[in-house]
Amino acid sequence: MSTMQTPPIMGKAAADERLLRIVRLLAPIAVLTVSIGLWSLIVRLNNIQPYVLPGPEAVFKTLIHDWPVLFSSLLVTLWTTMEGFVAAAAGGILLALLFNQSKWLEYSLFPYAVILQVTPVIAIAPLLLIYLPQQTAVIVCAWIVGFFPVLSNTTLGLNSVDRNLAGLFQLYGASRLQTLRYLKLPAALPFILGGLRIAGGLSLIGAVVAEIAAGSAGAGSGLAYRIAESGYRLNIPRMFAALLLLSAAGIVIYGLLALVSHLILRRWHESALGKGD
Amino acid sequence: MAAPVRVSDIDVNPGRLAVSLRGVTKIYDSGIVALGPLDLDVRRGEFVSLLGPSGCGKSTALRLIAGLNAPTSGVLQASDRDSKMRTGHSIGFVFQEPTLMPWASVRENVRLPLKLGHMPAREANTRVAEALAQVGLADFADAFPRELSGGMKMRVSLARALVTDPDILLMDEPFAALDEITRFRLNDDLLTLWRDLRKTVIFVTHSVFESVYLSQRVVVMTARPGRIAAEFRIGAVEPRGEEFRTSAEYASYCRDVSHALTPLHQGQPIR
Repeated sequence: MSTMQTPPIMGKAAADERLLRIVRLLAPIAVLTVSIGLWSLIVRLNNIQPYVLPGPEAVFKTLIHDWPVLFSSLLVTLWTTMEGFVAAAAGGILLALLFNQSKWLEYSLFPYAVILQVTPVIAIAPLLLIYLPQQTAVIVCAWIVGFFPVLSNTTLGLNSVDRNLAGLFQLYGASRLQTLRYLKLPAALPFILGGLRIAGGLSLIGAVVAEIAAGSAGAGSGLAYRIAESGYRLNIPRMFAALLLLSAAGIVIYGLLALVSHLILRRWHESALGKGD
Repeated sequence: MAAPVRVSDIDVNPGRLAVSLRGVTKIYDSGIVALGPLDLDVRRGEFVSLLGPSGCGKSTALRLIAGLNAPTSGVLQASDRDSKMRTGHSIGFVFQEPTLMPWASVRENVRLPLKLGHMPAREANTRVAEALAQVGLADFADAFPRELSGGMKMRVSLARALVTDPDILLMDEPFAALDEITRFRLNDDLLTLWRDLRKTVIFVTHSVFESVYLSQRVVVMTARPGRIAAEFRIGAVEPRGEEFRTSAEYASYCRDVSHALTPLHQGQPIR
């Protein structure tokens, strides 16, 4: 009896799973469609002026019309973000490696890394803009917010090496460098990638914050500068369009880093199992 | 079937010692006396089990012999120097868990000791293939640890310990986490390997049945601090197999060893 009942039950479970996947894909899209519809409706019914709240059509039109300006600004911001991110990744990992090799160094410097992290970057940015060339200051801002998650995650990873594996390396007389290369770094890799994923989004935030601070001081051409500039000119549709591009950039950065992390870890780490296998 | 062989026939150079402990103690920084004083001699080619309640310091003894920790006092000698010259590493260690690198394939895991010893790639490849064949995993060289069953992971761990061709194999409750069927198979395979390779094996376990089945000598240890409570010579015929496991002789050995172990638990809180 039970063998005869099994196939339809399995089939139902598979169908349920497929349905769930479709719902997971469609639900957010439905929410987006409804929200945009409501937004459009409210703007029209209340006859709200575009300089107060533009409708979605106006924003979309601006996005297309102002594309050359917005796109070149997007590239500037992305470039800054990338430079900040690379600096944060390199700085965070290198600092963590140094801390791992020398407790003295860790005890001396770690508190300052924390201070740098907890001080709001928006408060540091104007100071940096005074002392550094503008482009450097913007990158430093992106670095400041991005490096800490890399540093703390890498430190955590380097310290969470399996005790017995460490014993094994000791038994076979592994040198410090061998232990680092063959044991500590691979063991820390999932943590490092997790830190990088956070740092990617934060670097964008750092870049935007610095651009806004710099924008009010004068020259600048990133997306955040466009937002600030459009604000002064009451060009609200363009503010929205630039904001839209910033969000999209953030999503793409996160998605790319998640993809890289998945590709690297998929053969062995729990976090990457059961996804796309 | 091969003619039965007595234990004494298997011993190579019965006079030479592989491991020798004299008055060895271990006191941890926390003040806990974990071991000793312990006197223990293991001849070359001998299979010795250390049997005792959990926390009795038998794993500590093994880590001292491996050189992973230093004894607080006493004299400890493991292996002779010329064998060290030959292979670089005269001791292989199998941990309680498989202790594999999850990011590396079976092949890379087994190759690790050779890589750390800077062995040329070609020679290392041959050795790795040999070791994998010895534990019956030649077809799984490219698999990752998570793709293997518990028993297979343990086999990889054993292959890694064998790859340097060590004189002494130290095993710390290696099969404790496996189901009984897998454990029996691995016990038999271990005995076959021991007969073929003539390694000295020191095997830590808390299973009376496993210790009697495997060893030539069972050393029963007291609760912490671990000392030797009793020693049993298991003079059963070789090779051992299912026949021995179901024999009256085996049962009687197990009973004797269990008796030696029982008083150790009396007056002890149950853990």
